[in-house]
Amino acid sequence: MPDAMLELEGLEVRYGVVAAVRALDLRIERGELVGLIGPNGAGKSSTLLAIMGVVPVARGEVRLRGVSIRGRAPEAIARAGISLVPEGRHIFAGLTVEENLRLGRAARRDANGVEADLRRVYGLFPAIAGSLSRQGSALSGGQQQQLAIARALLARPDVLLLDEPSLGLAPTVVESVFAALEEVRAQGVTILLVEQRAQVTVSTADRTYVLANGELRLSLTPADANDTARLAAAYLS
Amino acid sequence: MSTLQALVDAVALGSIYALVAVGIGLVFGVLRLINFAYGELITAGAYTLWVLRSLPAVVAILACFAVVVSLSLLLERVAFRPLRKATPATMLIATFAVSYLLQSIYLLVFGSLGNSVSTLAGLQQAVDLGGLRIRWITIVSLACGSLLLIGTAILLGRTSIGLHMRAAATDFQTARVLGVRANRVIAFAFLVSGVLAAAVSVLFTVQNSLVTPDLGVPITIFALVGVVVGGLDRLWTATLGGFAIGFAYSLLGDKLSGEARVYLPSLVFGLVIVVLLLRPGGLFAGQPRSVERV
Repeated sequence: MPDAMLELEGLEVRYGVVAAVRALDLRIERGELVGLIGPNGAGKSSTLLAIMGVVPVARGEVRLRGVSIRGRAPEAIARAGISLVPEGRHIFAGLTVEENLRLGRAARRDANGVEADLRRVYGLFPAIAGSLSRQGSALSGGQQQQLAIARALLARPDVLLLDEPSLGLAPTVVESVFAALEEVRAQGVTILLVEQRAQVTVSTADRTYVLANGELRLSLTPADANDTARLAAAYLS
Repeated sequence: MSTLQALVDAVALGSIYALVAVGIGLVFGVLRLINFAYGELITAGAYTLWVLRSLPAVVAILACFAVVVSLSLLLERVAFRPLRKATPATMLIATFAVSYLLQSIYLLVFGSLGNSVSTLAGLQQAVDLGGLRIRWITIVSLACGSLLLIGTAILLGRTSIGLHMRAAATDFQTARVLGVRANRVIAFAFLVSGVLAAAVSVLFTVQNSLVTPDLGVPITIFALVGVVVGGLDRLWTATLGGFAIGFAYSLLGDKLSGEARVYLPSLVFGLVIVVLLLRPGGLFAGQPRSVERV
């Protein structure tokens, strides 16, 4: 049986009486890149926030390497090996790029290899390497996104959660972000990618799930990336 | 008294209010909580100095720091941590409750008449500097205040825990998602604010030796006014606000004579109202805050 890195079993997330995610089952193997797409309000971000412990899990189970992490604090989940790149980047605009990267190390489980990891993220995002002393607010949108991913990678996570990393970015920047994600996956990091850009997600991910009204509706493979009719139907279902 | 003399005293008083402002601002930064019980930490330190008045000053001062820091951490653990997910209004009321509880305890244990602290009383003596009669406590307050403020700035700017505190003060949720330990950062903020409160206990009781159960209340209120005047958003604006209120209090006090001094707090608060009408975001805040009330 393959090595499950992250498992969601019957996950339910509620905001008051409203169920944002219902009975969601998801299993991601070690080193996989899995996409989660769907219309606004489908429950994609809520799923990531529930995994990360930011919003409570109303029902169901979240497991990392087979161990339940349900109910743990966000910092404990980060230190267990999951990093989140939140929607809207949430970099610290008043801190320098270098300080933002140092914050990324807060969840590291070992202090060794920081320099090597820094070289690795500088290789992925050369613009970050050249902006260490600049304030986060001085970066462009694309650079801020790169900083948010670089910061998450410096925790040396086993699982990287990304919430709409392409939001508000120019197409060329989106390409570079996705290229970086493929490289991160090649380095052995398991990735759960929430996106609005369906085609590029389906073509990049090993598997992509369509979420609508908090429920899984469809599973897609890279072979479906050019089947625009199926993609459109998935969104409108 | 010459204006220069008054200015020197104003700087000393300002440095004490600045310490209180930073102590309050540190906790506000990570919890978004204005701790109205902060003054009771100062009072606890003052009573410790009184209780240990027969011991060498160094021992009494060390005990003062130990008691105040322990009490600060205890309040965080017992009173504020269980309410961390409560509404801001609930948290605020909790600080009032803690403040009144501690004042009542002080009243029961030490009585209402007040007790005179004489630790470091020698610092009341004046030294002649270029025609100015400056009390040693003025110099010591200025030196200690500056050192502690610089130390706090270095702590926040140069250390990992300081970086975590700054991140938590900006966006606590994102900081936690990155692995910053909420309990550790908040406890550390209470620890540092406790150290600052203890320093204020020592410095303030040299200037005003009579310790009463409500000693800390006016100090906290004036420092809070300073924080609001300076701007609560950033620690350095709060610090400047603390200095500003100390300046205003000292300089206005210098101009008022005899019975007119009873109007000093009213004058200072009147000045604060004028400042806030002109600059609602605070005297030193960069961007005026857009505040709308209906």
